[in-house]
Amino acid sequence: MVDAAAAPERADGSAFPLYEEQPLVEVRDLVISYRGRPALRDIDLDVYRHEIFGIVGPANSGKTSFLRALNRMDAFNPAMQVAGSIRINGKNINDWRNEYALRSRIGVVFPLPVGLPLSVYDNVAFSPRLRGIRRKARLDEVVERCLTRAALWDEVKDRLDSLGSLLSGGQQQRLTIARALSQEPELLLLDEFSIAVDPVTTMRIEDVLRELRSEITIVLVTNLVQQARRLADRTAFFLTGELVETGVTEDLFEGKVKDRRTTGYLEGRFG
Amino acid sequence: MDRRDAAWYVDRVAQGLIFAGGISAIVFIVGIFVFVTKEGLGFVFGPLQPGEFLTSIAWRPTSNNPTYGALALIVGTASVTGFAMLFSVPLSLGAALFIAEFARGKTREILKVLVEMLAAIPSVVWGFVGMSIMNPLIIRIFDVPVGLTVLNAGLILGLMAAPIMTTIAEDALKAVPDSYREAAEALGATRWEVVVKVVIPASRNGLLAAVLLGVGRGFGETMAVLMASGHAINLPTSPFDSVRALTATIAAELGDAPVGSDHYGSLFTLGILLFVVTFVVNLTADLVVRGVGKK
Amino acid sequence: MFAPTPLNRRSYRKQRLARAVFFLMTVALIVPVLVIVGTLVIRGGPAISWEFLFTPPRNFMTEGGILPALVGTVWLVLVALLASVPVGVAAALYLSEYAPDNLLTRTINLAIINLAGVPSIVHALFGVGAFVLFFRIGASILAASLTLAVMTLPVVIVATRESLQAVPQAFREACWNMGATRWQTIRKVVLPNSISGILTGVILEVSRTTGETAPIMFTGAAAFVAFLPESVFDQTMAMSYHLYYLATQATDVPEQTTFGVALVLIAIVLAMNAISIAFRVYLRGQKKW
Repeated sequence: MVDAAAAPERADGSAFPLYEEQPLVEVRDLVISYRGRPALRDIDLDVYRHEIFGIVGPANSGKTSFLRALNRMDAFNPAMQVAGSIRINGKNINDWRNEYALRSRIGVVFPLPVGLPLSVYDNVAFSPRLRGIRRKARLDEVVERCLTRAALWDEVKDRLDSLGSLLSGGQQQRLTIARALSQEPELLLLDEFSIAVDPVTTMRIEDVLRELRSEITIVLVTNLVQQARRLADRTAFFLTGELVETGVTEDLFEGKVKDRRTTGYLEGRFG
Repeated sequence: MDRRDAAWYVDRVAQGLIFAGGISAIVFIVGIFVFVTKEGLGFVFGPLQPGEFLTSIAWRPTSNNPTYGALALIVGTASVTGFAMLFSVPLSLGAALFIAEFARGKTREILKVLVEMLAAIPSVVWGFVGMSIMNPLIIRIFDVPVGLTVLNAGLILGLMAAPIMTTIAEDALKAVPDSYREAAEALGATRWEVVVKVVIPASRNGLLAAVLLGVGRGFGETMAVLMASGHAINLPTSPFDSVRALTATIAAELGDAPVGSDHYGSLFTLGILLFVVTFVVNLTADLVVRGVGKK
Repeated sequence: MFAPTPLNRRSYRKQRLARAVFFLMTVALIVPVLVIVGTLVIRGGPAISWEFLFTPPRNFMTEGGILPALVGTVWLVLVALLASVPVGVAAALYLSEYAPDNLLTRTINLAIINLAGVPSIVHALFGVGAFVLFFRIGASILAASLTLAVMTLPVVIVATRESLQAVPQAFREACWNMGATRWQTIRKVVLPNSISGILTGVILEVSRTTGETAPIMFTGAAAFVAFLPESVFDQTMAMSYHLYYLATQATDVPEQTTFGVALVLIAIVLAMNAISIAFRVYLRGQKKW
């Protein structure tokens, strides 16, 4: 538990509303390795409810591996080993008897856009259908809401039956975001979501993420330090498999750092 | 919310069924070995005299005083397969080289489709061709009394094994990275020099495996050899002699051998021999190919 | 400076010579087959008629047609498919979707190679020993089809595995990330996108199964059955065995009839093969991602 009085302010000046509660995600002594070679070492961090938690760092720092571990994707990759503990909502994710139910509550967007070879509509209705939603009207509503939030609705509303895998790269990226939102996740993991998206659309999605913060918790991995500055309440700096430090985003950018490498990276001196 | 729902159980059941299917190939190959051995074992530990089996040419299972000399059958199989490989191996490797290294675009596609169609022709049709087309042709051209001979069966078998060897050899050649070829061509080598000095050495193991699998195919071929070889117990001295193959003997006699008799057991013993030899050939081919992977 | 040297010219000539020799070798493999197919058409073609295809043989097979053999082959192929396709697809799913890189997987792959490499007559021995005798099915369509199914299993497995592996891994991960189970992922995304490739393999298997003779000779095929099969426990005539019988055992059968049977058999087999190849070429042109 953290002293509520010490709660830092958010980027927009508001206080963390639920800062005093138990963190949504608690990571302790996390080590991720591939075929025995460590990619991420001794990670300890907390992600609070209803915050946008930024993760920045150069390529190969283990950011993506971290997100994969949160979603228990190591189950599908025999080369990947995860040690240490990850607790979400106070429950170790390895204690879930139904790992699929766990994943269905966590939305993930990876940098490589993946439109499934289904219609745009079926792409977004995929997750609701897994949850047993069958009524057409209900599905229609979810599809439209999620596509709108992902800033894709206007472009595809007239061709919802075309293949999602044949959309342009930027559209597929937003389709992937819409799909993640359609899961109505408690926790949304975004990995360089704007890599194939133009700046104006990126801004629109960023606005949506800020709105979503009142409902869900977001972990945002980004290569763009300015995006972290715009969006993240707190930011962690990963460097070659190590967590250098975690801090309130504004503090880090103002130079209130524990490690000089953080400032070096944020000011663009390396990485 | 953390509840094992219907989807979770369906997934488990599906995984179990898929795993059962996954090991089916092992179950069947072991099953083949077990059942063929089971029927042949009584003969192997009973009437079989290994010396006679391997050195005598007297295969007289239905005589009052039966003898089981398989030498002529083994030599018959070897001679037909050997003759087939004599012309089929060079032609197949040549064809593979042409298709993989020299042919371009449409030509290449058409040749590949033709080779694939060749592989599809059933062996009983090949046997019929040997009897009805090749037989009179051989009699006329070489002025010999019989045309159902090593030559006939060997030609048929060679044409049958060729598409398989060609396809596998072509795969092996294509597995050589284009960067090797480009590097050699950048040094001014012609395509022929690239093929001889770079591509063939690099795909040596794959080519060897192709030949081995071709041999295995020829060795195990049944109907075509039964119909085109003359089916006469004989140690051949020229390609114009009739012979009898191991496979053909089983096919011709199993229908007449009473279940459980020595004759019946002897045919299953030939089956064990065929199984073991093809198994070793296939295993060797696989190991040879894996040797490529390691490099 | 860029004028060809004698050395250049010599190696260029060598290259053209090599090309020509290899081309002739390819031709030497293909032309005899074209000649053979042509001969079958010329000598068997006149035998083909509606009567030939759709009436049973009469008068010790010297007259009449091939209907029971055609129908019998359809039975054998269909029952063999029913047995081998589910098992083969499951095996391919295991290898493509589940199998870790371990000893078991390598053993499975080795077993598949050997299943395809074991001589057809050994499969026949297995069919007799296992299905006809041990499981007491007796010589019947069922026993013959099961033998064929085991023998052609590798065709389905290899074709299916290839088309499953052509589905990008990213699609699977996207489904898993949304909480889909492995099976839901297979059913909703992997199978629908490889079904046409699987179908190509199945057609190829039909072509293979149709022509096989040795595995059915002692497990269910009969030289002459007056009636059409009514259940899987009947014996049956079959095209491939009919050709063998006419060519080697029957007497006084007009040559034209035997050539006709060979022609029909090879026409079915090659047509199935051509369909499978055409289907594959068509699929390659379809772009779904």
